[in-house]
Amino acid sequence: MADYLYLIPLFPLIGFLINGLLGKKMGKPMVSMVGCLSVGAAFLVALLSFNELLKLDPEHRQLINTLWTWMAVGAFQVDVSLLLDQLSGVMILVVTGVGFLIHIYSTGYMHEDESYWRYFAYLNMFVFFMCCLVLGANYLVMFVGWEGVGLASYLLIGFWYQGMENAVAGKKAFVVNRIGDFGFALGMFLMFWTFGSLSYFDVFPKALHMFEQGHLMLNAPVMVAICLLLFVGATGKSAQIPLYVWLPDAMAGPTPVSALIHAATMVTAGVYMVARSNVLYTLAPTASLVVALIAAATALFAATIGILQNDIKKVLAYSTVSQLGYMFIGVGVTAYWAGIFHLMTHAFFKACLFLCSGSVIHAMGGDQDMRNMGGLAKKMPITYVTMLLATLAIAGIPPLAGFFSKDEILWRAFTYPYFPVMGKIIWFMGTLGAGITAFYMFRLIFMTFHGEFRGTPEQARHLHESPPSMTVPLIILAVLSVTGGWLGIPHLIGHALNHHAPIPNLLETFLNPVFEHSERIVALKGKIYHYSHWLEWSLMGLSVAVALGGIAMAFHIYIRRYHELPARLARKYAIHYQLVYNKYYVDEIYYYLFVLPIYYFSLFLWKIVDALCIDRVGVNGPAWLVRRISVGTSLIHDGYMQTYGAYMLLGLVAMLAFFLGYR
Amino acid sequence: MDITTVTLNHYIALSVLLFCLGTLGVLVRRNALLIFMSIELMMNAVNLMLVAFSHYKADLAGQVMVLFIYAVAAGEVAIGLAILIALFRHIKNVDINNFNIMKG
Repeated sequence: MADYLYLIPLFPLIGFLINGLLGKKMGKPMVSMVGCLSVGAAFLVALLSFNELLKLDPEHRQLINTLWTWMAVGAFQVDVSLLLDQLSGVMILVVTGVGFLIHIYSTGYMHEDESYWRYFAYLNMFVFFMCCLVLGANYLVMFVGWEGVGLASYLLIGFWYQGMENAVAGKKAFVVNRIGDFGFALGMFLMFWTFGSLSYFDVFPKALHMFEQGHLMLNAPVMVAICLLLFVGATGKSAQIPLYVWLPDAMAGPTPVSALIHAATMVTAGVYMVARSNVLYTLAPTASLVVALIAAATALFAATIGILQNDIKKVLAYSTVSQLGYMFIGVGVTAYWAGIFHLMTHAFFKACLFLCSGSVIHAMGGDQDMRNMGGLAKKMPITYVTMLLATLAIAGIPPLAGFFSKDEILWRAFTYPYFPVMGKIIWFMGTLGAGITAFYMFRLIFMTFHGEFRGTPEQARHLHESPPSMTVPLIILAVLSVTGGWLGIPHLIGHALNHHAPIPNLLETFLNPVFEHSERIVALKGKIYHYSHWLEWSLMGLSVAVALGGIAMAFHIYIRRYHELPARLARKYAIHYQLVYNKYYVDEIYYYLFVLPIYYFSLFLWKIVDALCIDRVGVNGPAWLVRRISVGTSLIHDGYMQTYGAYMLLGLVAMLAFFLGYR
Repeated sequence: MDITTVTLNHYIALSVLLFCLGTLGVLVRRNALLIFMSIELMMNAVNLMLVAFSHYKADLAGQVMVLFIYAVAAGEVAIGLAILIALFRHIKNVDINNFNIMKG
């Protein structure tokens, strides 16, 4: 029935093969065409299949495309099988749609690069693996995509491998992700051990069945373990505490890559995974709480680091870490659809922000330091307006996209049915983080686009608006950043705007069938308090007020008193300033806590165990011994016949003596 | 036992003495020709023993065997000397210390 789903990953794969194998000889226009068209075709197929999905009855909205049996060992069977349902439908549209826009943008951004074909080959490969991740109908296909996007990410971070720090950043991303993937793999093993399958169609119904039959308690240790192990994988891929450290360094890659992989799509894979496993997480409230708490801590922590970064992309990187935290708060407090909602809106506005920053960097001739910028608004009006819209969206100003998604998450955290008190704490951290987000994002806008230009005269001459291939994606993404939130207007506002025919919450209604079992369990086991509309309105107002406060503060410090206040504050709070400026020394702490011990342990294994014990004693030792012995014994063979004659005689005499004496 | 009487034991003693002298010659001499002669000495010690036993046991087989041995030895000597001459032609020398090209 949906036997064309495989086309979605197939097109980028073909693009990857053509660009990867022949790209060097094809010339740039041809490479761009293959690269963009393959993803565009995937987007088209995704749209078509999504359309078909919409035609189905809401309760049975699933398109399944089983390609072949991958492995069958006894009772263990894994199919290469693709699933398009509401959840993967939204994801695949975001991935291929935003991916397509960023491919087009890249043709402008990378047009002077000599490894143009390599770039597009990697980018197509990334889209292929991302489609596998999203569309996989079991955890193993998802894991293949999961690992594949990690590889693509590694290759693209280190794309300009001639620079040592780029290569190091790529390696760091790869190694940190490996730690997370190890957890993910263990989670899968445990899942197979518990449920005997890795397919979504087996695991979730089985878990529900076992729960309803009373074989599986709420918070059963094995469920908590599975969920936490999977979440370890998510912390790696989606840059949460403690494995977030790779993402800021990943900005070493080309800016469109940062937009596509390290903001809009790949890093949200963890959120998608948790939302996909919603039944498991709902059955393990403790694990969900851990997810939500770590997410809230990450959201706040990364936001504070963002305050003092001077590299425009680093600010956006920490902002991404922080926003990913919000998504995990959503899926952690069992508001799965809200997490996916924020994932979607974030993909729009963060991709837009990154592409705008790319446009700025392009104009600045590769300079990323905001201290050298300023006053760019006049020179690059399109970039300025689109970035301002995206910034308003991320800051949570209604009616832009970020407001609806973030506010839904915060409201659902406030009304956390499993742990009401913890929910309030998470809500508080989230709201505080939202204020900080507004502050540092507007600091970015003000330092980049307002005031006077602080760069070199040569840079000033070079400043220009980017070509249409770059600005058109910006405009599309900015429009989506404004309107994307209207898909998920809260019931409260929907009612208030129109009493007689309330504006429906389209996305929640659409996604609901995927999460309905979880909703049922939560309703059964959680403590549902009823909060008044008044409270919801006031919390909404509060978060808008916090965001406006952050903007006002940024305006005060970075526009009105830019010449003296930032420096004075830095002097006054020198210790805090240093702490935050150096990102809480987390990299250094990790270096001394993990990297150095492992380094020395590896050195020990190499020098002592391998080189000394195995090579010298174990392998060369016997050889040396045999050699020494044979040097001694080979003296006998001096080549003189007479010596041999003497030995013969001696032997004869000895034998004679022996036999005579014996007798 | 009369000291003037030559008994079998005297022959055996003489034979062993000759054999040992020959062996010693083979082991310590460096000249290939002298080694060759020492080997002849050892062989003759054995022949002497055979003749002595043949006499004392009144059995002619031993003496017949000695005649055969001499016949064969004559051929063997011819071959041995031929090898020696060939060697001498090659390295202008009959010192066996030079004959060590087979050393490992």
